[in-house]
Amino acid sequence: METLLIELLKSLVSGLLMGMVFALVALGLTIIFGVMDIVNFAHGEFLMFGMYTTLLVSPLMGVDPLLSLPVCGVVGAALGMVCYFGVVRFLLRGPMVAQLLGTFGLMLALRNLALLFMGSEPRLVKSGVLVGRSLVLGPGVVLESTKLAAAVLSIVSFVFVWWLIRRTKTGMALTATSLDKEGARYMGISTERMNALAWALGGASVAIAGGLLVNFWPVEPNVGLLFTMIAFATVALGGFGSIQGAFAAGILIGMIVYIPPVWDAATSFAGVDAPTIHGFKYTFVYLIYFLIMVLRPQGLFGWKQ
Amino acid sequence: MPEPMLEVSGITVRYSGLPVLREASVRVEEGQTVAVVGSNGAGKSTLLKAIMGAARTGPEGSIKFLGQEIKGLPTERIVRRGLIYVPEDRKLFKPLPVEENLLLGAFVVSDEAAKRRSLEYVYELFPRLRERRAQPAGSLSGGEQQMVAIGRGLMSDPKLLILDEPSLGLAPLMVSEVFQTVGRLQKEGRTVILVEQNVLEALEMADYAYVVQTGRIRHQGTSRELLDSDVVQKAFLGGV
Ligand SMILES: Nc1ncnc2c1ncn2[C@@H]1O[C@H](COP(=O)(O)OP(=O)(O)O)[C@@H](O)[C@H]1O
Ligand SMILES: [Mg+2]
Repeated sequence: METLLIELLKSLVSGLLMGMVFALVALGLTIIFGVMDIVNFAHGEFLMFGMYTTLLVSPLMGVDPLLSLPVCGVVGAALGMVCYFGVVRFLLRGPMVAQLLGTFGLMLALRNLALLFMGSEPRLVKSGVLVGRSLVLGPGVVLESTKLAAAVLSIVSFVFVWWLIRRTKTGMALTATSLDKEGARYMGISTERMNALAWALGGASVAIAGGLLVNFWPVEPNVGLLFTMIAFATVALGGFGSIQGAFAAGILIGMIVYIPPVWDAATSFAGVDAPTIHGFKYTFVYLIYFLIMVLRPQGLFGWKQ
Repeated sequence: MPEPMLEVSGITVRYSGLPVLREASVRVEEGQTVAVVGSNGAGKSTLLKAIMGAARTGPEGSIKFLGQEIKGLPTERIVRRGLIYVPEDRKLFKPLPVEENLLLGAFVVSDEAAKRRSLEYVYELFPRLRERRAQPAGSLSGGEQQMVAIGRGLMSDPKLLILDEPSLGLAPLMVSEVFQTVGRLQKEGRTVILVEQNVLEALEMADYAYVVQTGRIRHQGTSRELLDSDVVQKAFLGGV
């Protein structure tokens, strides 16, 4: 019984922490969609760029991986703007399918760029103040510092973005742009600048998520796919364009991912001879994504507002 | 003749190669109310959007505002110069509260005190909006939404206010309220371009008017001249 309880507690804590990381990964996707109604298929590749940034920059500058996060933010923002001004802006005039294929192409391009320069072997940050440290909450319940820091910075990022959107003039302009582009222009808002800002913010937040993630998740050029899928599921669950929705849904999905291990512990405890399912935890995410799309396509919090 | 506030000379707008507005010329002097009338699809909104940089104009012609060329500028830069357009479909930010819609109308205003004064002015102009300030703009009645649209247009204290069919789709009582509002703006000395389907009311209110038909400005003159003219009588006022 005790082992089962510990397993449950462990999963709850891990799910919560991972959930906040998923939320931070999804934040940029929901911002870009909210402002521009564009689904960025290259989102996971932005994350991958953030991961490589930390991996390369921290030894290069001789600083702790944690201190490379501002660099990740800058790289992500620059990448977002380059993609917007170089590609996405030209897709806006085209049909929806052009936008889908366009960001899909961006995904392939970024992935191959990484393959070319970084090679295909997975790499992980191996040293730093966070790496290898942990906080023991109880027997068997351990908070890894890397995940804890990621969760805390996720909260900080969400609070910052919420403040920016709800409490600043620029945020009001972003909101107006997301609701009605033509109307926003009649207010004197440069919607072009707001679009670019959305891509910069989206790129920066997901690259920072990457910089945090690479402390405990190895990076390779294809790492983006899994996270793009998780981010899609998160944003679909939270409601496309919703910021609070992304946060809540991220945590929910973090929990969902830990249902299979708990299930396995429970069946083994009960002595039931059931097959173990913890290897399928991400399949659960896709299942949930599918169910949301069928049952509640507007997500838990509705679209945009 | 005084220097006009707005001088549109010979502009053309084409949609996929087909001209929907041809060689249009319009002038508006400070303090004037200028009416633009014409039947549905004539090209009135296209003319206004061309002035606002929201419909792409052809290479010919020019648009001068306060003596400076504004043709080809992006809409947001034109707005910053003091031209405000209240579109016929209003373009409200429907999920946002009334007050936030109004404040967005003052986006180009950086003086906070001026912003508050404008808000007070709009609430005084439309007391009902003060009552509904916290409600989402989309939850208001059609007439109230039009008040938000006009109020939002006044928030930056524009040099020239362009109203595109403000009475469109409103109940008769609301229509007369809209015209009363325009009358008050006129008395305040504002410069207004008014596009209307209610030709008689618009002409009675305006100093000068243009008649647009199938993409061209076919007639123009003082309101008196147009009200008395046969063409306008026949086409819009049911006279013989
Ligand atoms: N974005 C557009 N694309 C193509 N045609 C348009 C567009 N906007 C308006 N038109 C056409 O231009 C003509 C003039 O429209 P408009 O200026 O809206 O007329 P009005 O405001 O006088 O009713 C109409 O025939 C309309 O169908
Ligand atoms: Mg029209």
